[in-house]
Amino acid sequence: MASYSTNEFRSGLKVLLEGEPCSILENEFVKPGKGQAFNRVRFRNLKTGRVWERTFKSGESIEAADVMELDMEYLYSDGEFWHFMKTDGSFEQVAAPEAAVADARGWLKEQDVCQVTLWNEAPISVVLPNFVELEVTETDPGIKGDTAQGGSKPATLSTGATIRVPLFVNIGDVLKIDTRTGEYVSRAR
Amino acid sequence: MSSPRDWRPTCSVETIRARADIVHRIRAFFGAREVLEVSTPTLGHTTVTEPAVESLRLESGPFLQTSPEYYMKRLLAAGAPSIYQIGPVYRAEERGRWHNPEFTMLEWYRLGFNDTELMDEVAELVDVVLGAAPYQRLTYRQLTGGLVASRERLDLAFAQALTGLDERRTFVTDYPAEQAALARLREDDASVAARFELVVDGVELANGYFELGDASTLRCRFEADNSARELRGGEALALDERFLDAMAGGLPTCSGVALGLDRLVMLAVGANSLSEVMPFPDG
Repeated sequence: MASYSTNEFRSGLKVLLEGEPCSILENEFVKPGKGQAFNRVRFRNLKTGRVWERTFKSGESIEAADVMELDMEYLYSDGEFWHFMKTDGSFEQVAAPEAAVADARGWLKEQDVCQVTLWNEAPISVVLPNFVELEVTETDPGIKGDTAQGGSKPATLSTGATIRVPLFVNIGDVLKIDTRTGEYVSRAR
Repeated sequence: MSSPRDWRPTCSVETIRARADIVHRIRAFFGAREVLEVSTPTLGHTTVTEPAVESLRLESGPFLQTSPEYYMKRLLAAGAPSIYQIGPVYRAEERGRWHNPEFTMLEWYRLGFNDTELMDEVAELVDVVLGAAPYQRLTYRQLTGGLVASRERLDLAFAQALTGLDERRTFVTDYPAEQAALARLREDDASVAARFELVVDGVELANGYFELGDASTLRCRFEADNSARELRGGEALALDERFLDAMAGGLPTCSGVALGLDRLVMLAVGANSLSEVMPFPDG
């Protein structure tokens, strides 16, 4: 496997740190008191999302990680795995375990295209589009004409996730959801 | 970083104005104190031997200077009064948010000053540009918790300690004798050197010495630098004999300091990277 020297470090580079696939967030060159040069580097662990900081001697190398970020279409879940298909026309599929899908679970709708991170060809994380549209399957009846702000109620979506929505929302409405916050944005139609 | 074909400057016109204003105030500061502005070459036949400072070299031989230090000291040895200089310097292999291979150094020498007196003046100048703020002085030993280790471990501990400082502007003083560079050793404790650095917001802004003028000790230090270079597989560098001759002729008692002007501008305008205060950092 290839490796990268500190002078090749840049944000977005995928490397192996303590055996874990990481992405470089920030690389700062430091050289105190006419001394040895160092690189102070912040990494995001691609499996856990945690941020790590490490200091390297300038010129040191670390191993590259075989990480790919691909747009893939979500197909279905069999309860144990979430199945995605490549959008490059190859129809190639991968099965993501629950740990990789994590919080994306509540917002995954069949045929939506997500960014799937593959490490050694196995999915380790799924990033949703910032906004998804999902149908309401259960909620208290809507109050007609009440489009004023203030009140909210719970609503269950086709994926099983529950969110707070305004009072005027009805079963069958399709809602726009911000997947980064998990919040209702608007009615889609 | 801008794309290679982008012709535009990386810093705003507003910052160029702020920078010009800072330079103007610095010149007024030294003018009022009768410190003479000088201009020395950026191309020289020799360069510094400092093991961790790499010079850029032209194919035809000369080196781009990493600091105007040797030339300025030759002027002092020749009878110049207190002097300052604002000009470009060059260091290979240094690039980052706070580093650029070409940058602007403000360097000045004060006749009759010791390092303590020069630190006071550095603080006054920095106050003129950044506004007044509290300062503290910490010895290198205090900063690194008295750690005794290899140079490399010590450098790392030092780098990490700088990020842990509080918001006061900090002069780090009394560097270990092995890191004396061109500073004299303390008369009462030869294990430490009369060298200081000013650290603001975790960043080194200036490096100063109570200058050593003893030619034979300087020669020994340069030779030790060259040994360190060879040990690492590098090449020994020719010594600047004209500088050593000048020191043998007699350097008046003085202290000197080099301050990274671009970093000072960064702190003044709240910039996040040198590219915000230099128009064309990539050349």
